[in-house]
Amino acid sequence: MSFNLDSKIPEGPIQDKWENHKFKCKLVNPANKRKYSVIVVGTGLAGGSAAATLAELGYNVKSFCIQDSPRRAHSIAAQGGVNAAKNYPNDGDSVWRLFYDTVKGGDYRAREANVYRLAQVSNSIIDQCVAQGVPFARDYGGYLANRSFGGAQVSRTFYAKGQTGQQLLLGAYQSMMKEVGKGKIDLYTRREILDIVVIDGKARGVIVRDLITGDIERHVADAVILGSGGYGNVYFLSTNAMGSNGGAAWKAYKKGAGFANPCYTQIHPTCIPVHGDSQSKLTLMSESLRNDGRVWVPKKEGDDRHPNDIPEEERDYYLERIYPSFGNLVPRDVASRNAKNQVDAGKGVGETKVAVFLDFKQAIERDGKDAIAAKYGNLFEMYQRITDESPYEQPMRIYPAVHYTMGGLWVDYNLQSTIPGLHVLGEANFSDHGANRLGASALMQGLADGYFVIPYTLGNYFGTNDLEKVDTTHPEFDKSEKEAKERLEKFLNIKGSRTADDFHKSLGKIMWEHVGMARNEAGLKTAISQIQKLRSEFWTDLKIPGETDEVNIELEKAGRVADFLELGELMARDALMRPESCGGHFRVESQTDENEALRRDDQFAHSAVWEFKGVDQEPIRHKEELKFEYVPLTQRSYK
Amino acid sequence: MSGKEKIITVHLKLWRQKNRSTKGFFEEHTLEGVSTGSSFLEMLDQLNEKLIREDKAPFAFDHDCREGICGMCSLMINGQAHGPERATTTCQLHMRSFSDQDTIVIEPWRSSAFPVLKDCMVDRTSFDKVIAAGGFTSVNVGNAQDANALPISKENADLAMDAAACIGCGACVASCPNASAMLFTSAKISQLALLPQGKVEAHKRASKMVEAMDELGFGNCSNHAECEASCPKDINLSNIARTNREFFKAKIFSEKE
Ligand SMILES: Cc1cc2nc3c(=O)[nH]c(=O)nc-3n(C[C@H](O)[C@H](O)[C@H](O)COP(=O)(O)OP(=O)(O)OC[C@H]3O[C@@H](n4cnc5c(N)ncnc54)[C@H](O)[C@@H]3O)c2cc1C
Ligand code: FES
Repeated sequence: MSFNLDSKIPEGPIQDKWENHKFKCKLVNPANKRKYSVIVVGTGLAGGSAAATLAELGYNVKSFCIQDSPRRAHSIAAQGGVNAAKNYPNDGDSVWRLFYDTVKGGDYRAREANVYRLAQVSNSIIDQCVAQGVPFARDYGGYLANRSFGGAQVSRTFYAKGQTGQQLLLGAYQSMMKEVGKGKIDLYTRREILDIVVIDGKARGVIVRDLITGDIERHVADAVILGSGGYGNVYFLSTNAMGSNGGAAWKAYKKGAGFANPCYTQIHPTCIPVHGDSQSKLTLMSESLRNDGRVWVPKKEGDDRHPNDIPEEERDYYLERIYPSFGNLVPRDVASRNAKNQVDAGKGVGETKVAVFLDFKQAIERDGKDAIAAKYGNLFEMYQRITDESPYEQPMRIYPAVHYTMGGLWVDYNLQSTIPGLHVLGEANFSDHGANRLGASALMQGLADGYFVIPYTLGNYFGTNDLEKVDTTHPEFDKSEKEAKERLEKFLNIKGSRTADDFHKSLGKIMWEHVGMARNEAGLKTAISQIQKLRSEFWTDLKIPGETDEVNIELEKAGRVADFLELGELMARDALMRPESCGGHFRVESQTDENEALRRDDQFAHSAVWEFKGVDQEPIRHKEELKFEYVPLTQRSYK
Repeated sequence: MSGKEKIITVHLKLWRQKNRSTKGFFEEHTLEGVSTGSSFLEMLDQLNEKLIREDKAPFAFDHDCREGICGMCSLMINGQAHGPERATTTCQLHMRSFSDQDTIVIEPWRSSAFPVLKDCMVDRTSFDKVIAAGGFTSVNVGNAQDANALPISKENADLAMDAAACIGCGACVASCPNASAMLFTSAKISQLALLPQGKVEAHKRASKMVEAMDELGFGNCSNHAECEASCPKDINLSNIARTNREFFKAKIFSEKE
């Protein structure tokens, strides 16, 4: 079967593409919608908004998630905000500027038409959320407040205290529950997708494990939507929730869905540093802190003095020094890489020396403690709870951590993967963020996909495809279920000596060292061989207690780590085959004279889309060429 | 690490229960080498690594974000929901709140509306059912007007945000002598009643959600206020007063009809 990478970008000027496309999309009449069923995997912003909206339209939706309630999807943890081109502050924003900033911020590795549509629908997201009762921050006149976020030169970010993700997710969740009450959504919580069932070339169902009883279930539908989130946990330590995993997307890849740009990883500059070996996850400190905090390290290597004892003239505010026009607000990839450079140069701070300072002293002197507390109080409290230090009294220590994955399943303009009927939304797809995501744009994208894109494009899929009637007795279900069960048994029967977490930590170390903030050819080759070796040890020395027919958390972990051990290798391969630097992917071999990332547009202005050929076989790398007709290709500069 | 960290030993008394239908019991373990810089759940991870190595069954507990926002973690720790620190979820509790040689008793939420699934994992789907009964505004995608068309006083927006901060963990129910879900339910009723978008359905919402709460086996609220004291997000009792008002109005309106 050949790999179809037709992006299906509609004709016409970029401003009109989406309107034209919506008009051309086939409609399903209301009475017929009732006859279609859709499986939605995931209840985050992407899956939750899709499930609610499709049910409102009349489709029969089955919704799946790992947690005990849809309200707990990882989107809940987003702190900072969500972008839209409302231009309420009258500071020069527009759909065009949001589009432009997002293409440029993504370092010219996203599809222009998709990004334009994202900017176009961004405003409707805010309208919808306010109508749902999302309590966004407001000014004294009662109008919506905005802030500037992550390098944007306009204030276009809407926020709800430091809990924007929570409030947006609860909005989507409540809309879902409204449809659950009406019987239009069947909820399947504490379920994990073990396989995607493809019949006659189309996605028609899933195999899932009930995480309480251990039962393996079959579910059939007319289409499958994946909103299963990102795969940052391949690094073991990340800001993702413990249960975040790449499993559902990985199963789809193995069933024939192309996986695009797996090496594009976002390493967020402001996280609380690692404290020791027992560390289980990393905590983000919202990037909004960089609006008032100043990043610095001591000028002297190995300076062990308390930060408050280091005089001004002996501090290096390196971001302000190197990037005078953006200063502390440079994009995430730039801020992270510079922190690493300082630590590598021996300027790191704190006991582990793997951190830099983020200082609020000047902001507190300027605006007063109360004003700073009103903006960041909850973040400061969180920091103090974890580190036992008060950011009001001494600078925070921060260090970059894995945060978001721009790579994911390849989708066309309709959000359909290379498997017909399998649509992918939110962080799980390879997204509109190119090689680097700007702050406050993931929430926007997840909700754009779910509320405003998929309702149209899924209708078009149903309207243009004849779907044969199938049920769960189809031999493909037998086959998928058998394979899924055998894999679970296999984990239990290895009876080795190392736990799943133990393997996961080893994988994380390899990934962080060689496929982290700076990558080079030799390191990537080492990573590939080390991961292969670790994978074979995993399958001979894993130790999983208990049985399959009960709550078995170790068994769940084993499945996820097994997937990560394959996905990690693909990430290293993808990074190896992209010897340019772009966004979150920095190749040491490709930098300017000033040590900034050097893109190589002549050879790499494309998305790399990988085709699975077998676990120990080399996958095939395909390309989707990217054309930049509206935002001219230029080297990013934040100086 | 701030350099203040110590390594301590703790004695754990854990609730073990195979599944919904078997009886539970306490099991004791001593865990050495715990850093006071570790979180409470990292201490339990350390215990589980040890149990697995010793061919014993690991201890099951719920958690996900480990940032105090998803509401997945629970645990009664020495008789207190989410442990000893005020306004702190279990996942944000750190071992520096304990001393060397302390005994720590760990139990699940106890309420007939939250049956135990295994060890300290409980079933909280009854909360979803309360929300499905009316915890939303009936707006479909496509209906919304411009977000700034209706100004909302900052005061009300902030009060709504405070109520909306509920993470749905269930500590309020677990701490209440009557196992009432009034704080959880009223937080949602309150949030939506404070906003013009939610006002339209406010009375109906209040009566439907309170009815669902009763049907699901939660107890009545008799103003013990244990819920507020145990809430990791400082959800305020005034939400209950606001709900009672909405509920009362619902009664009057339905009598009129
Ligand atoms: C700490 C943090 C802060 C952030 N802050 C911001 C911010 O301020 N602004 C912004 O724009 N973005 C932010 N982001 C990024 C953003 O939150 C995420 O990219 C986005 O929420 C992802 O949404 P999603 O719906 O794609 O996936 P998720 O919310 O991760 O949801 C995934 C869903 O899929 C389910 N699932 C996964 N695997 C399976 C499986 N195998 N079987 C069944 N179900 C499965 C899960 O149960 C869950 O319901 C932040 C991210 C983090 C980690
Ligand atoms: S694990 Fe999410 S709130 Fe504790």
